Formats: sequence, structure tokens, C-alpha cells
Amino acid sequence: MTARTVLTVAALTLQEAARRRVLRALAAMTAVLLALSAWGFSRLAATEFEGSALTSGEARLTASIVLNLVMFGLSLIGALGTAFLAGPTLAGEVESGIALAVLARPVRRSAVLVGKWLGLVAFGSGFVAVAGLAQFLIVQATVGYWPPQPATGLALLAAQTTVLLTLGLLLSTVISPMASGIVAVGLFGSTWIAGVVGGVGDAVGNEGVARVGTVSRMLLPTDGLWRGAMHAFQDPIALAQFGGPALEGGFPFLSSATLTPTYLAWTGLWVALVLGLAGLAFQRRDL
Amino acid sequence: MTAGRTARPGGPSLQAAERLLAELPVSPAVWCSELRKRYGRQTAVDGVSLTVGRGEVVGLLGPNGAGKTSVIKMLLGLVRPDAGDVLLLGRPAGDPQARARVGYLPELFRYQPWLTAAEVLALHVRLAGVAVPAEERRERLASVGLADRAGDRVGGFSKGMQQRLGLAVALVARPDLVVLDEPTSALDPIGRADVRDLLLSLRARGVAVLLNSHLIGEVERVCDRVVILDRGRVAASGTLAELLGRRELRLRLDRVGAEAEARLAAAGQLTREGKVFTVALPTEQDATTVPDLVADLVGLGVRVHAVEPARISLEERLLDILRAGAGGDRR
Repeated sequence: MTARTVLTVAALTLQEAARRRVLRALAAMTAVLLALSAWGFSRLAATEFEGSALTSGEARLTASIVLNLVMFGLSLIGALGTAFLAGPTLAGEVESGIALAVLARPVRRSAVLVGKWLGLVAFGSGFVAVAGLAQFLIVQATVGYWPPQPATGLALLAAQTTVLLTLGLLLSTVISPMASGIVAVGLFGSTWIAGVVGGVGDAVGNEGVARVGTVSRMLLPTDGLWRGAMHAFQDPIALAQFGGPALEGGFPFLSSATLTPTYLAWTGLWVALVLGLAGLAFQRRDL
Repeated sequence: MTAGRTARPGGPSLQAAERLLAELPVSPAVWCSELRKRYGRQTAVDGVSLTVGRGEVVGLLGPNGAGKTSVIKMLLGLVRPDAGDVLLLGRPAGDPQARARVGYLPELFRYQPWLTAAEVLALHVRLAGVAVPAEERRERLASVGLADRAGDRVGGFSKGMQQRLGLAVALVARPDLVVLDEPTSALDPIGRADVRDLLLSLRARGVAVLLNSHLIGEVERVCDRVVILDRGRVAASGTLAELLGRRELRLRLDRVGAEAEARLAAAGQLTREGKVFTVALPTEQDATTVPDLVADLVGLGVRVHAVEPARISLEERLLDILRAGAGGDRR
């Protein structure tokens, strides 16, 4: 009964995502980003620095950095897209009255919420997988670089999207749909900046500043997952040879360490907690 | 989703009691007791109890802000009551399964704009957990006049069409109880007539209906019983005969002498406008009251031009009740 509700609502949410304009906007932004990156990478292979072409090691390091940069753009598009889907899908339906007819059916509110969440997770992960893979193929075709752990990296990006949309769902149970999208994306951005600040702190050996990144990574795991994903995309050998100071953490588009299982477990717990809170808030709400 | 005390997970004794209730042969379609709801400092619903029997059509009437929609939402688990119990078709409202055979048309009716009308019905059938063949779903759409719009997205529908779709949604999962909150608010006169026919056909099929409507004439025509809410309380309730029990007799007479007037006054409270005399007959009247009166009047030399029974309309009665409840400080 409950499982059927969850699956029905998940399928409905996917259908909504597919039919709303947000998907077309997302597809257009992604296409633009992919096209720009294809052009950029093709230039990268042909460019000469100081009279000579890049060595293969330099090319791999540059490709790693640029790939991470582009993947950050993709993850930003994914984050924006899902956060702006997650808000309206719950709060908007309550506001417009669509939820009244649905919730008067023999369904548990928690099942409806989990169904929405599942549909959004599938949508966000699908987007990350398709767009990420397309990007890898572009990089492979232009500069001949293939990331060392593509599946892990994409999975971590999908997890990042999941974290953000879960936050969006929680916010949308308490504030208006648009505001929840804006707040979620704002928090995502500030965590990323906090991560960069923390990285600078690491590089200059200032523990207090470094802690900013660590704490923000615990409060909202998007930045931690992003760093893990970057690590999976970049070339480890080239990085060890040429990375030098970048490995100290001062550069925002290179990452020095893989994620620990503890951090991944915390992320899982974080998602479960936030989804549970959203469920409680939704359960108690008068429609 | 929950309803006061019934919502709390009970021990074995409560479960046994619930089972006992569910197995009772005639549990009413709706039973609620002492429902209360406050929004901030405003009391919206203040101790409302009502029952809708199986197959009964009950009208919910009252002025704006009387708490009608709040009561309906508490019955359906959309609003949590502060106190009170609800049973739907014999099950406590805290259990989602209580709504398995309940259809609902909200006052604020909106359906997923990115779905087609047929897809909306399919969605609700799935959520209700019943198997309704596509053919029957098409018939349902046809019954509300949307047969040729089944494949169109709801986003392009007018308000009236969305309300028609809402009626189809409320009826599609073969409900035993239908709750309609202002079902004709966006409909044209033809649409209203359609809804009236729909309600009559529901009654004929033995489906219980709780109808909230401002259109008193509609309620009067289709409802078996009426519950009048005012400021969160039940101001009056009963069958139409009970509520409108007072009957009037209107007579157009000539040559009325003092004796004849006394005879008229003896039959009931008398009011006179020129040649038209109106007698309010007592509730308990036998079949000979009117013929005897007419015979006596003729015997007293009165010329009788017309004798018409007149019924107090539900609207007049409603206004009486609401004004009495307000103690004259309103309107």
C-alpha cells in the first residue's frame, strides 16, 4: 500500500520534471556548457605555451582542472534545477490546492513525501549521469583524457544533488516554494565558499580558518561530496608530479583527498535526518 | 492525517474496539463528535458533531466563516483537529484506509496542470488502490461532460472544466461516501443542473454525500438532511421536514366578516395583506384541517378565490436560525 503510493508519486514527480519548463531550461543550459567546454578543450590541445606545446603531463593536469571546473558548472546546474523543482513540487502543491485532492486519498503523507524525494533523486541523478558522461566523452575526444574513477565521481555528484534537494524539500515544508529554492541554492553556494576559505586556511596553515571549511562541510555535506567527486575526476599522477601547492588545498578546483567512509555515512545520516524532519513538518501541517 | 484521540496508536484494547466498530453492520458513512479547531486565537470549529448515514445526502449550510470547510478538512484528515473523534465508513480517520472509499472535491480544486484529464483520473485510481478499467474512467469523464477533453492537459482547462474534472476525480474510485465542497462554485447554470442530476443519481445508487453549498435551492432539492453551522457550532440540524415543518396556507378571500377572521385565526397564526390571508399551520396537522377550514369559511359567507399551500423556504428558515443565533446583533 505504502510502497505503491511511494512509487506512484515518484513516477508522477519524474513525469512532472519531464513535462515542466525547468527540464527544457536545464537541457539548454547543459547544452551551452557542454558546447563551450568542447570548444575550450579543443583549443587547449592546440595551444602552445612559450613556443612549445604542453607536455602530456601538463596537458593531463590542465585537463583535470578544466574538467573539474566544468563539472562544477554541471553540478551547479543540477543543484539549481533540483532545488527549484523540490520547492514548488511540495509547497507549491499545498499552496495551489493540488495536494488536497491527493492527500484525501488513502495515502500517508510520509509516503507522498518519500515518493516525491525518490522521484527528484532519480531525476537529479539521471541528469548528473547523462550530462557528466557527455562531458567525459567530450574531454576524451578533444584531449584524450579519461578520469580515473568516473562512476564514483558521478555517484558523488548525484549524492550532492540529493543532499541539496532534500534540504529544498525540508525548506519547502516551512517557507514558500520560491524562497525554499533560493535559500537552498544560497546555502549550497556559501558552503562552497566556506570550503574554499577552509582550503586557503589549510594552505597558509591557519587552523581557525581551515575549521570554517570543515564545519560547513559537516553542516551541509554538498561541498565535501563535491571535493570527493573532484578527486575522482582528476589525474592522480599528473597531480602528484605538478600539483605542488595545489595539493595543499589552496586551489578550489583540485582536491587532495578521497572521502572517508565516515563522511559518506554522515552524509547518509544527514539526508535521512533532514528527510525525517521534512516528514514531521509535513505531517503536522494543516492544509 | 490524524483525528484527535483516535489518531494515537492504541493498545490492544483500542485495536479490538476499532475492529469491533469496523465489523458493526451499519456504521454511518461519517460520524464525528465534538470536533474543535482553533487557528491562533480564532476558534474556527467549536464542538461540532454530525452524522451522515449510509446512502444519505446531507447538506452543510452556513454563512462564510462558519467552519464548514474546516469541518470537511478535519473529516478527511487534511486538518488536525484540536479535539474530537472522526469515523469514516466505520474506521477511525487516523487510519488512511478510512479514506479508501471516499471521494472528495475540494473547495480549492486544482489538478496537476502537466497531466491530461485521463491521466489525473488514472493517478487517483492508483492512489485509491482500486482497479477501475479505462473504459469506466472514460465514462466517468463523459458523465461530467469532459469526454472529448480526456487527452488534453489540465493546464489549459477553464475553472469550470477543472471543477467538472474534480467531480470526476471524486467519483472515479467507486466511493461509498462523496464529500463535495462547493461543487458548483465555478459552474454555469447548465453545469449546476448537471451536478444536481449527478447528486440524485448518487443518492439512487446508495452513495452517501456530504454537500457544502451556498446554493440553498440546490441543497433543498437533493438533500435528505441539513446541518446548519454558525460560528463554528451546529446551529440546527434535521431532515427538511423537521427544519421546514411549519407550513403556511395562503388564501385569497372576499367578504371576510369578523366571525370568518376569527375562524381563520383559530386555524393558526394569521397575517393579512389586502385580500390575501396567510395562515401558519401547526406542524402537527391532520388531513382534514384545510378542507374543514374552507368549508367553514364558505359557510360563513366568504367568497373563496384561491387556496394555496405555501412552504417556508429553506433560505428563510436558514436566515431565521442564523439571526436568532446572533441574538439580533447581526445584519
